[in-house]
Amino acid sequence: MNGLRGELNGILAIWYRELKVFQREKSRIVASIASPVLWLVIFGGGLGSSVSIEGMSYQTFIFPGILAQSVLFSSIFFGVYIVWDRKIDFLKEVLVAPITRSSMFMGKVVGGATDSMIQSCVLLAIGAGMEKAGMLPGLHIGIGGMAWMLLILLLTAISMVSIGLIIGSYMESPEGFQLISSFLLFPLFFLSGALFPIGRLPAWLAPLTIIDPLTYSVDGLRNVILGSSQFHLAHDIGIIGTVSVLLIFAGTAAFERMKL
Amino acid sequence: MPVIETSGLTKKYGEFLALDRLNLKVDEGEVLGLLGPNGAGKTTTLLMLTTLLKPTAGTARVNGFDIIKEPGKVRQSIGIVFQDPSSDDILTGYENLKLHGMLYSMPPALRERRIGEVLELVELSDRKDSRVRQYSGGMRRRLELARGLMHHPRILFLDEPTLGLDPQSREYIWGYIHNLARQEKVTVIITSHYMEEVDRLCTRLAIIDEGAVVALDTPANLKRVIGGDVVSLRLRRNRDGMFSHLDFVRKAETKGGMTYLTVVNASERLPEILRAAGMDAVSVEVHSPTLNDVFFHYTGKEIREGSGEGSWGERSITYSGKR
Ligand SMILES: Nc1ncnc2c1ncn2[C@@H]1O[C@H](COP(=O)(O)OP(=O)(O)O)[C@@H](O)[C@H]1O
Ligand SMILES: [Mg+2]
Repeated sequence: MNGLRGELNGILAIWYRELKVFQREKSRIVASIASPVLWLVIFGGGLGSSVSIEGMSYQTFIFPGILAQSVLFSSIFFGVYIVWDRKIDFLKEVLVAPITRSSMFMGKVVGGATDSMIQSCVLLAIGAGMEKAGMLPGLHIGIGGMAWMLLILLLTAISMVSIGLIIGSYMESPEGFQLISSFLLFPLFFLSGALFPIGRLPAWLAPLTIIDPLTYSVDGLRNVILGSSQFHLAHDIGIIGTVSVLLIFAGTAAFERMKL
Repeated sequence: MPVIETSGLTKKYGEFLALDRLNLKVDEGEVLGLLGPNGAGKTTTLLMLTTLLKPTAGTARVNGFDIIKEPGKVRQSIGIVFQDPSSDDILTGYENLKLHGMLYSMPPALRERRIGEVLELVELSDRKDSRVRQYSGGMRRRLELARGLMHHPRILFLDEPTLGLDPQSREYIWGYIHNLARQEKVTVIITSHYMEEVDRLCTRLAIIDEGAVVALDTPANLKRVIGGDVVSLRLRRNRDGMFSHLDFVRKAETKGGMTYLTVVNASERLPEILRAAGMDAVSVEVHSPTLNDVFFHYTGKEIREGSGEGSWGERSITYSGKR
């Protein structure tokens, strides 16, 4: 091992590869942008004609939630690529290289988070464009809150990519991954309040929304983009930040025990 | 000092003993072959020596580092070409090599120079910017050979380097291995179940069967053990003691309808052998001892060639576009 520099090079190497793959997989990029836009237009627009929340159109209200959703789905799904790496035996090339498992994990996290951040930026641009066109009145996507938005999105991506990679490190087949991750994805998504204010949920669900980390991503984004929220921004960021650090440790441990 | 030294290296998969107390020393500059049929334990041995698999018992030192206690240092000093393709087929050949250089912390200038050199060695320079998905099985194997060499490992492990390749690609690969063993001053460990391959490339051979080394020597010495040429006879009828009166016949064995005699200077003795067989002889063939004979001598079995489960060639087609 080459010490810290060697580990950094290892992280860079894996990042380099993930970027190349992302760049080549055009269909993946298109799908990851198209599906949240469809949610916004069809789900948001369809319901939006009859519902308004806190004086906002429903479409405007769910924009932050859709943003968080797109990060959630694409980040967790990123974990399937470790299963794929094992399947195509590329994993052996990485495992036999002189880098530690934590560098390997970090390289993957950085790679997956980059994909999700690129996608988020495109969605933010689309949101800003729709607001200009008068389709999403009340949306604030400006330079002012940008740093906070990106920070929330990045921490969310890091957490969710870690979850995906942890699942992936245990799975032998992409089908198995799909099954397990969907068990996790939908509760995380629906309990986060992405589609409705969590205050309107039945009381017995309240504890579950509190332990869903995505709740704080949605709340933080809503705070910055819509100017309305349940919790303080620092509270949201603090929780997501803590969760992402914990998940990085958990993921490193999962990779440490991962076999060929 | 040997560059590899294993002591009681053992691997069990559950109750199944895949490798049984291997003790082996390899000196610098050797091209050592591990010859054995499918399932003999060759890949298992390599995966342990390259730290990807934990031994059940025993250990080994590779380049002076213990495979259990210092796996990182072992990995830094070795290169390996796996039995199955392990490059990323969505990347180009060049990108796979660049990635490799980065994983091994090669300074960028050295990395680029080495990429050029190794691509030249395996004659892929003109295809370096094609996606690996478009490579043939042989080209892909050459790329991975280049990759295994790129970071100047002191030991290069090759797991069935020509499994599943067509004869022409196989010749190419043999040529490269032969050259690099001399040019790059690297110790090479080759596993194979192709007799011809290890016979041509290796300075020393370990014959492995069912997880144990049954013989270890130079190919020439191993063949000397047979003690003569091999005469294979097809007989209409096999009478007991048919050749027992011929004192130059060292050994007579019948297997699968063929009779095999071990004879010194067989070509000169052929008339006498045919006289003994008389009207029962259908055909006769004389050959110098091969490693196949050696393997048969030690294990009573034949290595069936070309029966590996490797997936070079067809694999790039199977997975293309399914990512
Ligand atoms: N992961 C595994 N689990 C169980 N058995 C295995 C595993 N890998 C290999 N084996 C068994 O161990 C034996 C040796 O395998 P291997 O080392 O791949 O042989 P070779 O490379 O000589 O063909 C075989 O019988 C094989 O079926
Ligand atoms: Mg094998």
